[in-house]
This record gives sequence, C-alpha cells and structure tokens, in this order.
Amino acid sequence: MSTLIPPGMTRRLVVAALAGSAADLAGLGLIASAAWMITRAAEQPPLAALSVAIVGVRAFATSRGVFRYSERLAGHDVALRAQAATRERLYEALIPSGPLSHRGADLLSRMVDDTDAVQDLLVRCLLPAVAALVTGAAAVVIALFLLPAAAFALLAGLVVAGVLLPLGTAAASRRWSARLAPARADLAARVADLVHGSADLAAYGAKGEALAAGMAADDQLAALERRQARVSATAMLTGVLAQGLTVVAIVWICELSGTGPVATAVLALMSLVAFEPVLPLAGAGERLTGVLAALRRLADLRTVPPAVTEPAKPAQVPDGPLTIAVTGLVVRHGTRPPALDGVSFTLAPGHRVAVVGPSGAGKSTLLSALMRTVDYESGNITINGVEARDLASDDVRRLMTGLTQDPYVFQASFKDNLRLAGPEASDADLANAVRSAHLDQWADRTGWDTPLGEDGRTLSGGQLQRLALARALLFDPPVLLLDEPAEALDERTADSLMTDLLDATHGRTTLLITHRLRGLEAVDEILVLEDGHITQRGTHEALVSTNGYYRTLWQAEAMLHS
Amino acid sequence: MHRDLMRSLPRRHLAVCLGAAIVAGLLVLVQAELLAGVLSGRFTVAALLPLALVFGLRGALGWVQCVAAGRTASGVKSLLRHRLLARFQEFSPAEHRSGELVTLTGRGLDALDPYLTGYLPSVAVAAVVPVAVLIRLFVADLATAIIVLLTLPLIPIFGALVGMTTKAVTERQWRALARLGGHFLDVVRGLPTLRAFGRARYQASVIREVAGRHRSATMRTLRVAFLSSLVLELVASLSLALVAVPVGLRLLSGSLDLSTALLVLLLAPEAYLPLRAMGTRFHAAMEGVTAADQAFALLGEDVPERSGRLTAPGGVPEIRLESVTVRYPGREDAALTEVSLVIGAGERVALVGESGAGKSTLLHLLLGFVTPSAGRVLIGGVDLAELDLDAWRRRLAFVPQRPHLFAASVADNIRLGSPAAPAQVRTAAAEAQAAEFVEALPDGYDTVLGERGANLSAGQRQRVALARAFCRPDAEVLLLDEPTARLDGRSESAVLDSTRRLAEGRTAVIVAHRPAMIDLADRVIRLTGGTIVEDHVRPVGGTR
Repeated sequence: MSTLIPPGMTRRLVVAALAGSAADLAGLGLIASAAWMITRAAEQPPLAALSVAIVGVRAFATSRGVFRYSERLAGHDVALRAQAATRERLYEALIPSGPLSHRGADLLSRMVDDTDAVQDLLVRCLLPAVAALVTGAAAVVIALFLLPAAAFALLAGLVVAGVLLPLGTAAASRRWSARLAPARADLAARVADLVHGSADLAAYGAKGEALAAGMAADDQLAALERRQARVSATAMLTGVLAQGLTVVAIVWICELSGTGPVATAVLALMSLVAFEPVLPLAGAGERLTGVLAALRRLADLRTVPPAVTEPAKPAQVPDGPLTIAVTGLVVRHGTRPPALDGVSFTLAPGHRVAVVGPSGAGKSTLLSALMRTVDYESGNITINGVEARDLASDDVRRLMTGLTQDPYVFQASFKDNLRLAGPEASDADLANAVRSAHLDQWADRTGWDTPLGEDGRTLSGGQLQRLALARALLFDPPVLLLDEPAEALDERTADSLMTDLLDATHGRTTLLITHRLRGLEAVDEILVLEDGHITQRGTHEALVSTNGYYRTLWQAEAMLHS
Repeated sequence: MHRDLMRSLPRRHLAVCLGAAIVAGLLVLVQAELLAGVLSGRFTVAALLPLALVFGLRGALGWVQCVAAGRTASGVKSLLRHRLLARFQEFSPAEHRSGELVTLTGRGLDALDPYLTGYLPSVAVAAVVPVAVLIRLFVADLATAIIVLLTLPLIPIFGALVGMTTKAVTERQWRALARLGGHFLDVVRGLPTLRAFGRARYQASVIREVAGRHRSATMRTLRVAFLSSLVLELVASLSLALVAVPVGLRLLSGSLDLSTALLVLLLAPEAYLPLRAMGTRFHAAMEGVTAADQAFALLGEDVPERSGRLTAPGGVPEIRLESVTVRYPGREDAALTEVSLVIGAGERVALVGESGAGKSTLLHLLLGFVTPSAGRVLIGGVDLAELDLDAWRRRLAFVPQRPHLFAASVADNIRLGSPAAPAQVRTAAAEAQAAEFVEALPDGYDTVLGERGANLSAGQRQRVALARAFCRPDAEVLLLDEPTARLDGRSESAVLDSTRRLAEGRTAVIVAHRPAMIDLADRVIRLTGGTIVEDHVRPVGGTR
C-alpha cells in the first residue's frame, strides 16, 4: 500500500475512510433508531421514553448526507493526488530507462490509462470496503447485544456477501479477463489495420477480407462478453439471496428464542440495511482484477533496469575545448552479436568526423553510446580524459547531443517545440536556428504559435527533420551529434541543407552520421562503419582512391548526379 | 441521438432486461408487506417462507436483468462496430483521422455499457416503482403518502437544478482531465527527445504542477457538483425522519397500527431510492451517450458516391489530367492547381519537388482516393469519376510512402487482396529483395507481424510493400511513392533494379527524392506549390 499512497496522504485517506464509514453508520443508525422508535411506540410507553430515539432519527438523517458529502470530496482529493503522484513517479522511473518507442503507441496509451487504476483502487475498492467493514462490524456488535444467535446469522450473511462473493467475482473476472484480453487485442489490431491500412487495402482491393476479419473479431469478443455478463448476474443473485435469507433467518431465530417485537424489528431492519454498503463489494471485486493487473504492469515498468548505470559519485565535468577519444568500443543489445565491435576514433576540438555505412551497421548505436543512452560493454569513451561512464549521463548529454533518430513533436506550439532545446534563448536565437535549418519560410507561413497536432501531423517528414535540426543548433552543445540530418528530405533541399550544415558547423566539433556522401570533402575524417567494425577511415580524397564501400557508393552517387 | 441509439437496440433483450428490472422493483412492495406483517405479528412465522421466496424471485429477476442487459449491450456495440467498420471503408484513405476512429471503434464504444446495463434499467424502475409505492402508501396511510408525494419531486427538481448549474463546469473539468492524460502521454512519448536536450527531469516538475493546478480546479468544481448529491441524500433521509417521527407519535396515541407503521417505514425509502439510483448512474451513462453521438455522427456523414460503373479500355492506358485542381477540406491553399498532363502508355514518369508540392496528391488522385474539385482525370479516354474504382484499382500496383503492414503473416501481407500461390509470393519477395530477411524470420513467410509490423525495420517494411506490387504481375500502372526513401545505398540499388524490371512494359508514376530513382524514369516532372514547373523528357534509360 505504501507504494501507492504518497507520503502526507495517509491522513487524507483516513479522513475519507472515516467520513464514508460515518455516512454508512448514520444510515444504519437511522433505520435502527426508527425501527426501535416505532415498535416501542406501539407498546405505548410515555412520550419521554421515545425522545432519545426521535433525536437519534433526526440526527442520523441529517448527518448521513453531510458525511457522504465529506467522503466524496476527501476521496476524490486523495484519488487525484494519488494519480498525480503515480504519474510523476512513473515518469521519473522512465527517465533513465531505454527507448520507449518500440513499445508501440497503443501500449503507451494503455500505460497512461493504467495510472488511473490507482484512483479506481482507492475510490471504488478500498474506501467502500473500509466503510462496509465498519458498518458490518457495527451491525454485528449491536446484534450481539440484542441476541447473540442473530449476530452470528448476520455475521455469516455479511461474510458471504462481503468476503466470499467479492473473492468469487475477483477470481471469475481474472479468468474472464484472461480470455477477453486476447479477443480485445485482436479486435484492436483488426480495427487498426482497417483504419491505418486503408490506403493499402483500397489500392489492392483487399477491403472485403479485412472487413470480414474485423467483424469476425468483433463477433468473437461479443460472444465472450455475453457469457461474461453471467458473472455479475450470478453475483447479483447471490447478493440478494444472502441479504434476504439472512433477514429471514434472523426473524426466525428471534421467533424461536421468543425475542420481543422491538428487538426483532431492530435486528431485522438493521440487518437489511447493513447489507447495503456490503453488496456493491461484489462489483468492486470484479473491478479489482483489472486494477491489480494495471498496478502490476506499472510496477514492472518501474523495475525496468536503467539503460545505463549511473556512477555512484559522478566525476567533475570537463571543460574547455573537448577531445572525445573512443577506443575499442563494444556495445551489445541484449544477447545478440555486438552492434559495435572494437570501434576506435578521436574527435579533436573543432574537427568534424562523418560516419557512413549501410543501415544496421551500428551508426546510430555509436551515437547512443556517445550520448549515454546505451551502456558499452568494453572499451572506453573519454571526454578530455574523463571516462564517460564516470560522468552523470545528463552531464554527458549536456556536452554531446544534437539531432537524434525519431525526433518527437510535442502537442505544443511550434515555438515551444523549439524552445525545449533552449529555454532561455532569445527570439533572435530561435530565428537563427530556424533559418539555419531551412525552416524559416515554413515557420513564417504557418506561424510560430501554431499548435502542432498529435504526432506532429501538420509537419511533413522533411519539416520534422528540420525542426529537429533547429533544436540541435539552438541547444548548441560543445560536441554536436547529427544522425542523418538529411533523412527524408528531397534531393534539392537535402543538398542545400547539407551545404548549409557543413558551413554552419565549420570549426565546431561535430560527429555526422549520414548516408549521403556529397559534401563530405569538407570533413576532417570519414569513418566507414560496416557490421559494427570500422572498415575504412580517412579523408574523402583518400577513400575515393581506395577500393571499398565508400568508393562504390561514391561512384554510384556520382554517376546519378552527372 | 437517443432516438438513433434506441432504434439500434435489440428489442427483445432490452424488453426482457427492463421488464425484469421493473418486476424486481415491484417485488420490493411485496417484500415490505410480508416483512412488516411478520414483524408486527399480523402474519405468523409461516409468512417467512413466502418472504424467502420473494427474495429468491428478486435475485432470479436480477440475474435475468443482468444477462439480458449484457446481451443488449454487446448486441448494440457489435451492431455499431459492424456499421462503423463498413463505414470506414467508404471514407477516403486520404482523410486523416485514424486515431479518433480506432479509439471510438475499440474502447470508445465500451462506454455504452454503463448506459445500457445501468442507466436504462434504472430509468425504467424510476418510472414505475415510485408510483406504485405512492399508491400503496395512499392506501396504507394518507399522511405519510402526502409527505412522500410532496418531497419526492424535490429529488428530480434539485437534481436538474444543480445539474444545470454545474453541467458546463463539470464537462469542462472532465475535458481538462482528458487533456491532462494527453499531456502526460505526450511527455512520455517524447522522453527520448527531452533526454537529448537535458529537459527530462525538468518535465517531472511540469507534470506535478499541471496535475496540481488541475486538482485544485477540479476540487473547486466538485465541491459544488457534489452539493447535488448532498441535497438528494438529505431530501431522502430527512423525508424518512419526517415520516417516521409522526408515525411513532401516532402509534403512541393509538391512532395507527404497528403493521401499517412498519410498512410505511419500509416503503418510504423505496420511493426515493430509484430516483437517486438513476441520478448516480447519469454521469457514467452520459459518456456512453457521447460515444454513441460520435458513432452516429460518423454513420450519418454523407460520403460522396465515388465509384462509377464504366470500365476503361483494356491494355496499358494513357492517363490524361485536364486542368485538375484538388482542394482538401479545411485548407486554404489548393494541393494541386489546374494541372494538365498527359502520361503516355508505358511512360515512366518521375515526380520531383519539395515535400508538400503535391506529388503524393497526384498519386492519390490517380488512385481515386481524392477527387478533383475542378477539372477531370481521363484513363484511356474515360473520366475516372465514371469508372468502376475497384476494377480500376485492380489494374494498379501501389507502394505508399509509409506502407501499412497488417497483423497477419508476411505471406498474407505480400499477397494482400490477391489469391497468389506461395510460390508466387516467394518470387515477388525475391524480386523485391525481401526474400533474404523474410526467410531469416522465426517462421519465415508465416511469421505474423506485430503491432503495425513493428518487428521489421523501415527498409524491410518498404521491401515487403514492394513485394506486394511484384505480386501483381498483371498490373498495368505502377504508382510508387518514394519507394527507396528509408533504404541505405546498397539496398537502394537492389530495390532499384527490381523497380526497373517492374516498370517494364507498364505505365509508371514514381514520386522520387533520390537521384537513383529519378534516373529510372524517362520523363521528369517537377512540382512546386501544386503546379508543374518543369517537365522534361530524357533519353530512355537515363544518362548512363
């Protein structure tokens, strides 16, 4: 529990639980005192004998609503706080973890939904259970004073409705959700196929099949849901029976033991009402399964090991012009063969190094290792002699960062999307970065305060790339890393962008990953990365005069440009 | 909308559900009668047996109600989902509202459950049971009946009053809640970018602040909104006190008998209960109504009849655009402006130009995904608007910019829409340079691709999509949208060779960014801002 409820909230939670219990107790008190008053009045005692009960009826009637109101306010306040705290802690746990993008958009949104589970757990499961427990216990204790045998009957009935029944519904719902989840996922996948793949389906005349598959998935889900409805139906039946038979049994016991009409009426009506907070627990049990599964998923997420091990005592951040020396670097993703296997190179201050090579050769992995978003198995990355893994990874990224793969566009204005890379930047700085990234015309046309939509849909692939470049230029790190800056740009723009980029980075320490060779005459060193190894290195002139990947690619490109 | 929804409900199940709910509600009267009788000593202990039976019957009716409600709900959802799915297919693939559609058709419709299984039955009970209780009270004890009759309307009146004053605020608050979730999701998705610029930790405090602001605003609203439930609770419990105390006093004076008094005590709350139950279910139910509204709005939208009946003349056709203008709804600038163009049979045309110049729109035009707002497209001399689109598309092979991979086997993904035999699929894959990596997959061609084909790289996905085109050897017109966009040099040259072979003897329109692709064409058309600015024919086979 302590992991769910943030510090300082226990008191609020207790207040909510007390108010909820008080509301239900007032309900119990109302019916008990009313029953007592009426049956006692029928015995025609002096009026004074009833006065306490009359006061009780009025007091309970008034306080019930007030308690209920306080419970709902306190409960929602706690729930909102708990949800906010859960999200914050989940986010903080995710910061050091690896990339999330491969988890898929749907999984991510489910994760966000999961953070609602804490709210559900508190407001719909925990608080009602506490109130039911308190009310049930109070009713049993009162019954104990009036007629112990009746108290045991009531206890038995309450245990059936408030403990066994919720346990049963929880178990049944666990079984059912195991069957429903794949059916739901299947339907979601079919719907996603129909919607996201509509162009492919239309072009290939395959709509009919996909539609049939979607409908079949829906039919299957509907059939399961129909059968699942029997769980709550049976729970309802059992609950009503437990309540009714308990009341009948209590009246019968009273009759057998010759209990007077006053005590009998109080016992019967109080028992009837004692079930009211208890019966909804069956539904809470049903819900609990989903809530617990969500909480388990969140806990799993929180225990995902961080992508890189942070040093216990981070080293001093080096300053001055930076020399990056990479020696014998080995990076492995999981148990696969190394993505980088013994890579060595040096990036001197003011020098520019380009990395070329086929996709999957390890170019982006190299960049991730430099940015400390993946750990390296062996070898060294030193920054002015300081080992990168001895520095806090945040500090490393303050020194080396730039344009990464899969840049993200936030649901915010264009300006805010830029500004995250330079919170203190002036408008002139922003304008400069945008101009250098060749995004100025677009920005002026679209407007700086235009909100960029979900997934940045208002941006084309090329514009997205340029926004990412503008961010990198605005951040202006001591060592600029650029991962395929011309990716997804048309040839002309790519050419002019690369030209400008090489101009703009003149004299600054830059590592450029690219698949286009034009303009690389200007860089100081080119590394050819194939299969995790550097197979060739040198200047453009040296590489075009040697046989190998670089020359082959250069010739192919040159031929096409002639 | 309610009428639309009502019309879609499966009548029989709904009738059973509501009927059971009403009868079970009325049985409470019998239950009160018997219990009051036994407790007052008017009935003997033997009356406990029928009382137990009444409880049993109520339980059984509850069971029937639940099962029938479940059937109603799943029936309605299924019906709506089928209609929505069918409807999606009529929308143009060029429209982008996929996220909304997927959510609505998936979890969105589940919001109907509380409406159908909780709210509707409670409305039925609220319409019948309080009236029955009142009638019984009038017969039993006039004074009580009058008190209940006078206080009962306070519940709907107060409910409506408070509801009206807080409705707008509450709705704004719930929307803010949804936005809050959206903000959190957005930040989580963008975490790698935030990390790259050292803003990840800072955002944690933003999340906290946004949530804190949201909470205090919400609590302000709830303090008022929950007043409604306070009032309703007070009306119900104070009425009970209002009934019980005079009854007790009249018992004291002997002007009322115990049996009636107990009956009144048991029945009075039952008059209020159904109305309050209906009120508490209202909020959750309204979410379902919103979902249904969205669904019916989509179903009710006019979709222009896009397909004609004519067939274009056989053989590789000539494609002619006559001053075609294309406008997308909600955009100021036209995507294409008065474009006139003749693409001869067997010609290979490269479309070049900056992103947003209209290249993809031109392809979508030929596919019939968008219709010209002015001008016309002629295929072999026949207006595309008059053509049977399905028949026309069967003559095309199309590779989109971001091909979708379906949650199906690789083979089915390649075969898409054609009955190609496994051998044909293999050949197509080989020609698209996909065979090697497909065979390396765990189950080869039978490997099922995950969420949006996530377990393939961008280049591999592109090659699967190319294999689709190769799997239609009879296609006469080839439409390719940047087929090598995300490929490295060597894969690009491999795909290029295949594309060259694929284009042979066919009309090909290729959106090209990379020089190698342009080289494959014998005519290059440059688009800028929706118009053709350059159109030159080059010697067949390019410049090599």
